[in-house]
Amino acid sequence: MRRNGPLALIFHTIFVIVMVAPILVVCLVAFTPEGFLSLPTNGFSLRWFRAIAQYPEFIHAFWVSLGLGALSSFVSLLFAVPAALAIARYRFRGRDALAALFLSPLMIPHVVLGIAFLRFFTSAGLGGSFAALIIAHVIIVFPFALRLTLAAATGMDRTVEMAAVSLGAGGWTLFRRVTLPLILPGVISGWALAFIQSFDDLTMTVFLAAPGTETLPVRMFLYIQDNIDPLVTSVSACVIAVTMTALILLDRFYGLDRVLAGKGDAGR
Amino acid sequence: MSMAAEERSVRVPWALTAPALMLFVGVLLIPLAMTVMLSFHDWGQYKGIEPVFILKNWKEIATDPYYAEMFWRTFRIAILTTLLTALLGAPEAYILNRMSGRWKSFFLLVILGPLLISVVARTLGWALLFGGNNGLVNKLLMTLGAIRSPIPFMFTETGMVVALAHVMMPFMVLSVWAALQRLDPQIENAAMSLGARPLTIIRRIIMPQIMPGVLSGAIIVFSLSASAFATPAIIGGRRLKVAATLAYDEFLNTLNWPLGAAVATLLLVALVLIVVGSNASIERRYAEVFR
Repeated sequence: MRRNGPLALIFHTIFVIVMVAPILVVCLVAFTPEGFLSLPTNGFSLRWFRAIAQYPEFIHAFWVSLGLGALSSFVSLLFAVPAALAIARYRFRGRDALAALFLSPLMIPHVVLGIAFLRFFTSAGLGGSFAALIIAHVIIVFPFALRLTLAAATGMDRTVEMAAVSLGAGGWTLFRRVTLPLILPGVISGWALAFIQSFDDLTMTVFLAAPGTETLPVRMFLYIQDNIDPLVTSVSACVIAVTMTALILLDRFYGLDRVLAGKGDAGR
Repeated sequence: MSMAAEERSVRVPWALTAPALMLFVGVLLIPLAMTVMLSFHDWGQYKGIEPVFILKNWKEIATDPYYAEMFWRTFRIAILTTLLTALLGAPEAYILNRMSGRWKSFFLLVILGPLLISVVARTLGWALLFGGNNGLVNKLLMTLGAIRSPIPFMFTETGMVVALAHVMMPFMVLSVWAALQRLDPQIENAAMSLGARPLTIIRRIIMPQIMPGVLSGAIIVFSLSASAFATPAIIGGRRLKVAATLAYDEFLNTLNWPLGAAVATLLLVALVLIVVGSNASIERRYAEVFR
């Protein structure tokens, strides 16, 4: 295989710098000691990180996001694991249509989902409630939970299960003691990817959140609409840190390239 | 297989998928149907939503040039974003693919990682870089002598396209990357040994083979850009509306839900038609590549 020439490497360097620049600039501005937006030129300061403590809305929104992400990812797995096992192991009529339906939240614009859920939950008397947010997030993270579980279930060695069956295991015991442990890496990664998707979602959540159930992205968005100051950059830096942690966990458990490659196919 | 086992193998998968299916019918299909219905309802400042069947909202969208302009802007931004990601993302994926193992996975992580970082944070980064007329980007471009006077990025379509292209770039790189993995490097070597020049190899050997990847990446980028909310809302400000931000305004500021539902339904239908149509034509044209 031929190597990259100097021109290609220059292009590559500029490309990478542009990809990283906006994220880097947010993290740098967060450390400014000044009262206004500026890159820290005279010393780093944690002033704006301490300032977050003065805004209980951000703290509250952070806990809402964390609880919502953890819970909705878990609930979506309760539905996704059996569905993934069925799709991976059985050839039945309607299988492709079901798979398409379960992946459809990826294809439907989140703004449309937000509107549909707002209309639905308002008429159901659940408008602005945390329960409504959970149900809506279960739907939007479902494809991610399903995909990774499906990959694990498809790649699983069935002979271990057969051995367990021949030894008399069946039903729930078989699932809990044999099948689940075997697909667990896929399930955990599915949970992590689903968590990130839920934790980051703005477009759909902005329609559903009410004061008290605002998630962090929604709070940040509403704040930015009014004014952009160093406070929102330090909050963003914290969000980036949380995502990075989840990313590293994902990489350890599953391999990030596999997760992302799955995600790229998803939009097709 | 015995009769009982055969019957069981039909029932089991349905039993396993039933909870998820019920969930999806109950809280996805029904709400979507309700939204389409909503777009035919009437609305007034004082009377609120009236559950009647009229075409008022659809007529308003069809006749008021404001909506035509807004949809045209939405699709213009989406098309430009798609072109930008294809022009820059495809060569980058190619360069990435030729790197040696460790660098390859490192840079792949750097380029794809942002996919999972909050869109609000990433767009905020661009707002900081654009920052008025003497933002960092303008300063840099003027120092390099690329431009004489500052380009307005904030509250313009230019700024939206740049920021959106950054947000969507990982999808394009991923898609082209996937196509490159199917490519046999020996073909490139064969062309070289037969005396083809690098440009000829790219044009005659590489391009035709990665084209399906570029096109499927383009479909993803286009549909996501056309329905993007956070980036147009933050960079575009309150005045420069696209479909998603307009629907948001109708729902949460004007409170004219039926009109907002009509805008959203139109966006959904237009996107589904475009995506399904172009998918079909790509698969027809590149049937042998997908086989």
